[in-house]
Amino acid sequence: MIRHALFLIPALLCLTGCQRETQVDKANREKILLVGNSADPKSLDPHLVTGVIEHNVIRALLEGLVADDAKSDTEYPPGAATSWEHNENYTEWTFHLRPDGKWSDGAPLTSADFIFAYNRLLHPDLAGPYAEMLYFIKNAEAFNKGEITDFSQVGVSAPDDYTLKVTMREPVPFLLGMTRHYTWFPVPRHVILKHGKMTDRFTPWCDPGNFVGNGAFILKEWAINDHIETVKNPLFWDADHVKLNGVRFIPVENFFTETRGFLAGQLHTTYQLPPLLVDKVKSEHPEFLRQEPYVATDFVRINTTRKELSDRRVRMALSKAIDRKQLCDHLLQGNIPCGTISPPMGDYNPDQIVSFDPEGAKALLAEAGYPEGRGFPRFKVLISSSGTRSTVEALQAMWKQTLGVLVDVQPKDWGAYITAQQTLDYDIAIGAWTGDYLDPSTFLLMWTKGNGNNNTGWSNEEYERLLSEAAQQGDPTQRLALFKKAERLFIEDQPILPISYRGRNYLLRPEVKGWHPLLLDNHPWHTISLEPSN
Amino acid sequence: MFKVIFSRLLQSLVVLWLLYTITFFMLRMLPGSPLTREKAMPEHIAKKMTNYYGLDKPVSEQYVIQLGNFLKGDPGYSFRLEGKPVNDIISQAFPVSLQMGVIAMAIAISIGIPAGCIAAARKNGLIDNGAMAVAMLGICLPSFVSGPILAEWLGRDKQLLPAHGWDSLAPSTWLLPAFTLGLAYAAYLSRLSRAGMLDMLSQDFVRTARAKGVPGWKIIIRHCLRGGLIPSVAYIGPAFAGIISGSLVIETVFQVPGLGRHFIKSIETRDYPVLLGVTMLYGALVILANFLTDVVSIWMNPRLKAKS
Repeated sequence: MIRHALFLIPALLCLTGCQRETQVDKANREKILLVGNSADPKSLDPHLVTGVIEHNVIRALLEGLVADDAKSDTEYPPGAATSWEHNENYTEWTFHLRPDGKWSDGAPLTSADFIFAYNRLLHPDLAGPYAEMLYFIKNAEAFNKGEITDFSQVGVSAPDDYTLKVTMREPVPFLLGMTRHYTWFPVPRHVILKHGKMTDRFTPWCDPGNFVGNGAFILKEWAINDHIETVKNPLFWDADHVKLNGVRFIPVENFFTETRGFLAGQLHTTYQLPPLLVDKVKSEHPEFLRQEPYVATDFVRINTTRKELSDRRVRMALSKAIDRKQLCDHLLQGNIPCGTISPPMGDYNPDQIVSFDPEGAKALLAEAGYPEGRGFPRFKVLISSSGTRSTVEALQAMWKQTLGVLVDVQPKDWGAYITAQQTLDYDIAIGAWTGDYLDPSTFLLMWTKGNGNNNTGWSNEEYERLLSEAAQQGDPTQRLALFKKAERLFIEDQPILPISYRGRNYLLRPEVKGWHPLLLDNHPWHTISLEPSN
Repeated sequence: MFKVIFSRLLQSLVVLWLLYTITFFMLRMLPGSPLTREKAMPEHIAKKMTNYYGLDKPVSEQYVIQLGNFLKGDPGYSFRLEGKPVNDIISQAFPVSLQMGVIAMAIAISIGIPAGCIAAARKNGLIDNGAMAVAMLGICLPSFVSGPILAEWLGRDKQLLPAHGWDSLAPSTWLLPAFTLGLAYAAYLSRLSRAGMLDMLSQDFVRTARAKGVPGWKIIIRHCLRGGLIPSVAYIGPAFAGIISGSLVIETVFQVPGLGRHFIKSIETRDYPVLLGVTMLYGALVILANFLTDVVSIWMNPRLKAKS
């Protein structure tokens, strides 16, 4: 009896379980790209979200004025607009929309849809969390803050159905890059109004079956915590050249699970390879490993309102005692040591201001009144996830070894970690920042006084004057020079201790073609193809 | 019997109300709010959103409004998955957890109870010692260790079963998560059923039956099983409530879209409505399972029947 039962187990496994074909094989056959996307998007309404995870899905469903280029972050292929021009100092932009542009339900895509989108995101009643991405438009900030109520005063207008004029509050030479962010995408006015008022947050217009987009793919299904399924949009203007039949986004939150699934043939690409697995994958499956620069920086945030940490020499000593190369070689594989906040991007190449200098660090700390760390208080380093714990432990060791300074690790859950920083209820915290577009302003504007993302208690009038001067500067070269000067001032004051430019470690199957390294990691789904070798 | 049921029902309602109230206020004591974002919102937007969600009202007023809505069957909308009704989230995730829990419990019962009975019948023999050693290993080995080992071996290395994912209609996706989840319960059940059976086997009526020449297997199945399984049944009830309300570890290791991940994520992101919804469901399931356990125990144990 028992023997029969034992026979049944493998038989059952084979009948029900044994995979004759992996999910990737099946997806290759059906031309469906399987993408690990870390988590479910908060929403698919581009006006209610702020993250990268959302961006990955939304840019499959909607397209902005300018499309993403498969090979370069600084090439601007036509998207919903076929051409554009600007005045000499980049304050007036005119976009010419494609006359054959359509929503996925067949309705024409016109400049009114763009105006509606900007009106909706900026409308105070919607309370869109990322409305500030549109503040570069003239009067947009005033409208969003309720200081003016007439939207016609905001610098967007539609001279005809296929022309969109945008007037900026200051020269914005990087506008084309910004329009690739979902906050600048059009939304289907006719669909949103069918399901409620323009400023209603909780309407089902984004649900599968209701969502109408102008992107290369249509939303087919969203099973929470399981997958988001999109299928090819036959009405997309370039549908003839879209080689995929769909993209499936799989929200695998645990990156070890995701890696295992990838190696078991369940994904074409992963969101992130855990640093602990980089060496293993490098030796066992080098054909899958991708290590590429990414527009993000890891740093240590300092609460400069703490008495001892308000001394610039102390902060600089802590910074100079960090051996960034060691960190990147052993813990943050794929990252590049850095001595400033902004990664190089386009024509902007910031100076690397701070580097590992143990003797200089010791001298500075002694000068500040704490020779060999004597009398220096025992501060806490705030972290949110187990992933950063090893980095903090390395910092603990470096500070102890070089400066004789002892610190403790203070782990908090994500909500408490963010709140502690926003209320300046911390000493030192591990932080990071990801750029939204390729311009140093995305890394520098946040350190101004009162900015909700500053969280260091640091501010500097000269710094803000330089940023403001840069904002008014119409000449792109002069503008970048001013940013560079401001960045030097900021880093020399060290309210943050830069650690590394983040590299993106992930896995990609070789049959995925048309996927090239991009700083912003916005791979245009419609140019990707699946070509498995036999 | 009906009096007992009625009284238990009333007690359950009080317990559920207390659970809601305590959870509601404890959540409000946590630092941060559902509107806490990594990229901070400008102050005027944050203010508007606080107003939009009614978070600017006094906590007591929020409690009265939300409890009222909850009693009407509307636990509200998620903050984390903006605009998704909590009822929709639970109705998508609970069937998955239920399905996985039922399969895991079936695996646990079909391995644990026979193993315990056989071990008791062969007390101190090779089978007993072997089975109990395996059971102890199963109890001590946490699922965050056994899960990845099984997924690495059968999923990634042998590619016999999917390493992650869940499809309600594809049994191949059930086996690894349900087996891993059931393993620890099977181990515990085998020890409980062994202890229960040994207790029964030492009773006078068993000796009498043996003296009369009743075969060993008949003594176990006909005379001891019902009484010997009482401790196991008392354990299965609450364990079943726990198992079907989701397991964070299993759901994370195998990427199963069940309730456990919502439970933890909603704590992390202070998603009050989802957390309250899931907690209340969990509470109701525990109460129901305990109640059913009592009923089954009364049926199985004539002494309890006489008392009730």
